[in-house]
Amino acid sequence: MLKGYGAVILEGAWLTLQLALSSMALAIVLGLIGVALRLSPVRWLAWLGDLYSTVIRGIPDLVLILLIFYGGQDIINRVAPLVGYDDYIDLNPMIAGIGTLGFIFGAYLSETFRGAFLGIPKGQAEAGAAYGMSSRQVFFRIMVPQMIRLAIPGFTNNWLVLTKATALISVVGLQDMMFKAKQAADATREPFTFFLAVAALYLVLTSVSLLALKYLEKRYSVGVKAAEL
Amino acid sequence: MIFDYNVIWEAMPLYIGGLLTTLKLLALSLFFGLLAAIPLGLMRVSKQPLVNMTAWLYTYVIRGTPMLVQLFLIYYGLAQFEAVRESIFWPWLSSATFCACLAFAINTSAYTAEIIAGSLKATPHGEIEAAKAMGMSRFKMYRRILLPSALRRALPQYSNEVIMMLQTTSLASIVTLIDITGAARTVNAQYYLPFEAYITAGVFYLCLTFILVRLFKMAERRWLSYLAPRKH
Repeated sequence: MLKGYGAVILEGAWLTLQLALSSMALAIVLGLIGVALRLSPVRWLAWLGDLYSTVIRGIPDLVLILLIFYGGQDIINRVAPLVGYDDYIDLNPMIAGIGTLGFIFGAYLSETFRGAFLGIPKGQAEAGAAYGMSSRQVFFRIMVPQMIRLAIPGFTNNWLVLTKATALISVVGLQDMMFKAKQAADATREPFTFFLAVAALYLVLTSVSLLALKYLEKRYSVGVKAAEL
Repeated sequence: MIFDYNVIWEAMPLYIGGLLTTLKLLALSLFFGLLAAIPLGLMRVSKQPLVNMTAWLYTYVIRGTPMLVQLFLIYYGLAQFEAVRESIFWPWLSSATFCACLAFAINTSAYTAEIIAGSLKATPHGEIEAAKAMGMSRFKMYRRILLPSALRRALPQYSNEVIMMLQTTSLASIVTLIDITGAARTVNAQYYLPFEAYITAGVFYLCLTFILVRLFKMAERRWLSYLAPRKH
């Protein structure tokens, strides 16, 4: 049915998965830095965190991808000769993709994390302090485990949006499953077949993620009473 | 590095044209998307499993796949079938604007249907009981009580969806349309000034986002003031 392009597309799917997981890892780091800035008592740091999250969330992913990919390439090729490297450098789409998606979704995650941190009752941290824990211990033993539980629903949403956004990286030349499907479609003149196959693969990816994160949410909510209506 | 204002200033007509295209795409897809979303939302709260599952499957598949794939399926994909190419719809289906609007409308209808269904489910039961006590028929109850109340309460979530759709319209530039992003890509291709081109586009989108947020805040004050916390 896929005229021998099945394996090629699966290869692309593997690349898509790698891209999604690596960008999410970067986004979590940036999201935590973002939320630390936004909740910081230092005014200009909080302002910087708000600026990051507001500006990034107000611009389409595609524009940011094009800006960072072409702009990044421009900067690198201006800086490289200064350090004595004269060849033209082509930005690797995978690395650019991870950087861009990580940067974009860091902003979305900082919003998710902020809501989660603010959702923890104040008494929790106070109780930790009353037990004689240092503020570091309070943060890692009291706040973070509870924050994770509260952040999972938002995180699930962010992850699904990120997974789907990986398709856009094919626009700057990453040979993910979207790119391979386009090639196969052009070669065989059967675009519907191949894009439908890619849609199905994305659906599998999002469905599996949904189930896994639902399970995780249940695990983290053990010991939380749910009121039955 | 110096920001080249002259190039951007000269390309301004291109950006303004792009802005109009973006707004046109947004308005059309939101209108038709909402039109489809209301019946879909009602189906999603139906007690008949077949009706409910059909709408669920639709929203699940649309929300589980990337917008770009949906757009390509419609714009490139449909041409694969001879029946489509020879049908009376072909003049429309071969137009990028129509395909983009269609794909965006389908996409937003799925997300909006879920918002409306959620809002319908959250209707205070007193409202429904009161409508029944007044002797309203099912249809009248939906028309006069449930839908007006649910659509109002869906406003804050719907504003997020509208802003997501504004960003989604940027994909139109991939199927050759010159929207704001398309204008930026044209400028970058001509002058190779990626920063100038894309930052200008970003500023346009940010302004549009802020305007939309303000408009929805005003709409919420108009239609949701009865839910606002009491002011002293």
